[in-house]
Amino acid sequence: MSTSEPDFIVVVKKDCPTCMLVEPVIAELQATGQSIHIWSQDDPGFPASADNVGDDRDLQQSWQLNIETVPTVIRMDNDAESERTVGWDRAEWLRLFDVPSLGASLPDFRPGCGSMSVAPGMPEKLALKYGDIALQSRRIDIGEMEDPIESCFERGWSDGLPVVPPTEIRVVRMLAGTSRDPAEVLGSVPPDLQPCTVEKVAINAVMAGCKPEYLPVVIAAVEACLIDEFCMHGLLATTWFSGPMVIVNGPIAKAIGMNSGANALGQGNRANATIGRALQLVIRNVGGGKPGGVDRSTLGNPGKYTFCFAEDEDHSCWESLAVQRGFSSGQSTVTLFAADGVQGIADQKSRDPESLCRSLAASLLSVGHRKFAMLSDAFIILSPEHQRIFANANWSKQQVLDTLTEFTTRDGSELVNGVDGIAEGMPEFLKDMELSKFKPGGLNIVRAGGTAGLFSAIVGGWLASGEFGSSPVSKEIAL
Amino acid sequence: MTEVFLDPTAELSPTVKPLLPRLSSLEGKTLGLLDINKPRGNVLLDRLEVLFNSRGVKTRRYKKPTMTRVAPVAVKQQIALECHAVIEALAD
Repeated sequence: MSTSEPDFIVVVKKDCPTCMLVEPVIAELQATGQSIHIWSQDDPGFPASADNVGDDRDLQQSWQLNIETVPTVIRMDNDAESERTVGWDRAEWLRLFDVPSLGASLPDFRPGCGSMSVAPGMPEKLALKYGDIALQSRRIDIGEMEDPIESCFERGWSDGLPVVPPTEIRVVRMLAGTSRDPAEVLGSVPPDLQPCTVEKVAINAVMAGCKPEYLPVVIAAVEACLIDEFCMHGLLATTWFSGPMVIVNGPIAKAIGMNSGANALGQGNRANATIGRALQLVIRNVGGGKPGGVDRSTLGNPGKYTFCFAEDEDHSCWESLAVQRGFSSGQSTVTLFAADGVQGIADQKSRDPESLCRSLAASLLSVGHRKFAMLSDAFIILSPEHQRIFANANWSKQQVLDTLTEFTTRDGSELVNGVDGIAEGMPEFLKDMELSKFKPGGLNIVRAGGTAGLFSAIVGGWLASGEFGSSPVSKEIAL
Repeated sequence: MTEVFLDPTAELSPTVKPLLPRLSSLEGKTLGLLDINKPRGNVLLDRLEVLFNSRGVKTRRYKKPTMTRVAPVAVKQQIALECHAVIEALAD
């Protein structure tokens, strides 16, 4: 039992036929002595026939009361909300007010209209104005005459392409994509080893063009690149080509519309394009890693703008990369690899797995240098038509990897310095050893690509692989 | 109307660290020779070692486990404890 008479709050707007409809009801209730406070969203003169109308054109009350529909009637007991109803529903209003003749001339039911506080873009504005969001980043005033995109270029925040200006409202919207605290520190980003908060990731994700639902993937990618085994500092600093390649596994890839099919490694998919770009912008802006600075790459590669795709798990005959690396198929993950560019391999004639393995092996040998062994790791991005050849023969992924290892193992005597008239090669002391092209576990296969084309891709990696440099790393994506 | 952006950078205010005082003489000093583990760094350091030692300057050799990572703290501390100055062979 309540200890005092309940008070009521009614939120209305004039531009709502249902609010107009209930105006006489509200006036009638006030006349019977009900204590009703009205907040009017668009016109403090409405409803003219009622008393005790408050001006809520700034929508502060509507936002704080979490109004989604007008009219909303809220019953307060001892200054706390006990129940609410929306729109005009005679039975509901009767239950709240207990006045039998209420709105007798009105229809039984009319739905309400959308609250102005939930108009597109408005919740974030109101959250920024009235909520407890405390963004810590420095505010930078951009002059009236400045072009916002040009001003980002001038401040050195861009990878060379236009970025989306990181306004407060965009960053607040971006942060809605994660449940994580904006102030949470993910780690120290090289080369400057600066602490990177979720908020800083969100700002750079805005600039990269991400949608809020991509943010958890970007956060996981940043976390993964900070794992020591990935050696992000060295990867940035090397004169070699490599940069982080991001492979997304698990349900989130489809949820956010990533491309694992035709042109998966190419342009045209917003999630693929902007997630990889956001990671690079974090390294650039938070870590301070810029070409000509600590980034000393001789040539770089186009993947250093962005290199991100999803594995095609649905149609694969093998377990996914993530499952292979110890996750369940229900977990969403990112796996990062220190990757060079894409090397295409065509084999349109092989119809048995051994022939196809020999083809793939022949091209794999050229990773880094044909006479190198045990230096770079590599990924094969296997196309559906190539994978079908293995599937038809019931070959497992491990069987393919073992066969590729066999076909890429050579005598050291073929590889040492000077052999074949090529000064470059492996050190002389390896001449009597059998050398496989890749270290154990250094070769990986994922499936992606369109359904037409007996082509696959080899993505070679940094010459400094494994403990000496970078190993692939995985991180679960936390929503 | 002006727009307000949030700073995407680490908002560094660079601190300028003064260089340590340079040695005025090598007499009685010990020099560290740090190999960062890139090919042929040892060629340069071997030669420097011979040249310094022939002039009566003591040297000590150090090596990073890999050039891809910064030197481990233990290596940096050991150099600081045992040497008055260090020469690093950066790259091939």
